[in-house]
Amino acid sequence: MTKDFTAAWRLIGAAVLIALAAALPFAVSTYHAFQLTLVMIYAIAVLGLNILTGYNGQISLGHGGFFAAGAYTAAILMHRYGVPYWATVPPAALICFVLGVLFGLPALRFEGPYLALVTLAMALATPQLLKYFDTWTGGQQGINLLKPVPPHWLGIDRDRWLYLVVLAVLLVAMRVAANILHGRTGRALVAIRDHPIAAAAMGINTARYKTLAFGISTLFTGVAGALSAIVISYVSPEGYGLFLSLSFLVGSAVGGIATIGGAIVGGLFIEFVPNFANDISDAAPWALYGLAMLLFMYAMPRGVVGSLGPWFARSMQRIRPRRAAFDDSEEQLKGRTL
Amino acid sequence: MRMKLNFVTGLFAAGLTLINGLALAAGQYGPGASDAEIKIGNTMPYSGPASAYGIVGKTQGAYFDMINAQGGINGRKINFISRDDGYSPPKTVEQVRQLVEQDQVLLMFSPLGTPPNVAIHAYLNDNKVPQLFVATGANQWNDPKHFPWTMGWLPSYGTEGHIYAAYILKNLPNAKIAVLYQNDDFGKDYLNGLRDGLGANADKMIVATQSYETTDPTVDSQVVALQGSGADAILIAAIPKFAAQAIRKIYDIGWKPTTFLTSVSNSVGTVMKNAGPEKGVGIISAAFAKDPTDPQWQNSHEYKDWLAFMQKYNSGASTTDIQAVIGYSQAQLMAAVLKASGNDLTRDNVMKQAASVHDLKLPMLLPGITVSTGPDDFAPLKQMQLQKFDGTGWKLFGDVISASGS
Repeated sequence: MTKDFTAAWRLIGAAVLIALAAALPFAVSTYHAFQLTLVMIYAIAVLGLNILTGYNGQISLGHGGFFAAGAYTAAILMHRYGVPYWATVPPAALICFVLGVLFGLPALRFEGPYLALVTLAMALATPQLLKYFDTWTGGQQGINLLKPVPPHWLGIDRDRWLYLVVLAVLLVAMRVAANILHGRTGRALVAIRDHPIAAAAMGINTARYKTLAFGISTLFTGVAGALSAIVISYVSPEGYGLFLSLSFLVGSAVGGIATIGGAIVGGLFIEFVPNFANDISDAAPWALYGLAMLLFMYAMPRGVVGSLGPWFARSMQRIRPRRAAFDDSEEQLKGRTL
Repeated sequence: MRMKLNFVTGLFAAGLTLINGLALAAGQYGPGASDAEIKIGNTMPYSGPASAYGIVGKTQGAYFDMINAQGGINGRKINFISRDDGYSPPKTVEQVRQLVEQDQVLLMFSPLGTPPNVAIHAYLNDNKVPQLFVATGANQWNDPKHFPWTMGWLPSYGTEGHIYAAYILKNLPNAKIAVLYQNDDFGKDYLNGLRDGLGANADKMIVATQSYETTDPTVDSQVVALQGSGADAILIAAIPKFAAQAIRKIYDIGWKPTTFLTSVSNSVGTVMKNAGPEKGVGIISAAFAKDPTDPQWQNSHEYKDWLAFMQKYNSGASTTDIQAVIGYSQAQLMAAVLKASGNDLTRDNVMKQAASVHDLKLPMLLPGITVSTGPDDFAPLKQMQLQKFDGTGWKLFGDVISASGS
């Protein structure tokens, strides 16, 4: 009974949060709605990286490449084949999943820093590969896309509409990630991260799960890429350099590497910290960026959500024991009468 | 009674005149402009792969500092807000939206790079915000019909191709031309410019073309293939690394064509010295601005003014970088347009003034090269002068050449 009670409260809490998130763009300017849309896009990408790096322990410095693959899939479908923008997200997800699995197979042979180097190669190669296949990608000039038009019966502007679209995708992504990670697959991924030999001894097919983790991770990042192409309405190789991949890793670490909610903090960090740094100092914005990163990692070594989450849970528990004790006594009473 | 009426009418009339007078003094203002200041926005790659170009924005900011120290333009200070986009188009979109929607700038001035400018092209035109004097050499910025709010600055790659064509038609009418080009828009703009410039003779005169990818290790085989075509002239439309390779290879295989080298890769330091200065003697290239390392300018008062400005307002920046000359000239053009806009600082009027520049001389452009625009001509610089490499540096020769068309 109490379990149902808590679940109901959680559901209501979630509904209120979602309603607030959906109302937020109407309380701010279109520019800020656009920025928050970017935050959510980065959050989806970071969420993808969290699955791989946080839960499965495989470090990737190349997720910018998968982000680009998603972006270009969406762009090419929209530009060459006239596919409506919303229909480009599933193909981008599928293509990035396949790419991720294909990339994950050889990656099985590499551990830790060696895998980081392999993925680094991918991040470095991405802009040049995009220029090389210029009949498809438009080369250096990139592809200019028509801006998505919101359904006019809704009567809202483009920025707020795209915010809502991306919010919907983010919610689905977080739900899917929670389902995967809080179940059997998630436990297998964590077991492989913590002790691969023990995991294998328990009967976990480590190769299969590691490859799967790669595929799911790149699927999320590819979806984020497709959304970014839609929102920015332009793709070109310069947008997907090494720094993007590094930003994802930074966002992931700052937010909390093996958390789902941390992805949103990561998205906020990626989007706003460079801007703040730029506003504070023209001369050394990247030094300030580095300083912010250091402060975060010193104060909260397990990321914002990774560090504050357990603290929050403990505080909640301090409120709860009385009720729990009461529940126990009720059970005992029942036991006695029976 | 009658007198009283007169008095009231008189008062009324006086009031009207006063209001009129105030309106005139206050001027007409678009976003970002007021009696006190004019806000202009800019994006630059201060970080990232193209950060070497950051000096352009630094120099422009310094120039506006100097203008402000001298009292501003028509009494208004310039508030130059320059943001870092790291040469990443999504970041450019974000920064430009912040400049337009939050900072409320009157216009965007000199955003740098082709991809960043493409990314904001539609947005600025949809919102009728001037995108003035973009710092890129692509051909597409001169399109007032479709993009009436965007104007170029540099002579485009196509324009430069035209200029080589004009020289060839005049001086080497029987030339058999080979073209080595980078297989992207940059290389193709040159090839197409040359082809357009040669007109009806193009197919006869261009006997061979070879392209390379930036991922190729060398262009040796392309050069050998071009020699095999029997060409006696070659246009090298390549970035510095491949340009140096081509110059070296042409020399090493004993081929002696008349060589044209695009302005993108005619740096003495990075290209000619790497190729081997003796191998580049006689190569022809084009220029529009005064190279600050060229001794022939260093006694002129234009150079001395520039150097004094650099030392006072832009100390720490290189005084040998031609980009600091280009950014300086660009800021001068911007200042001239704002000055011409007078007290009517609306986006419409600024755009109108930008499209009515007549033969404006800028001190650090080559003598004879002027800036001109018109309602159908959004390419401010269309002239270049040819120069020949003498083993140590470039020597200008001939007259200033204007590109016909485009």
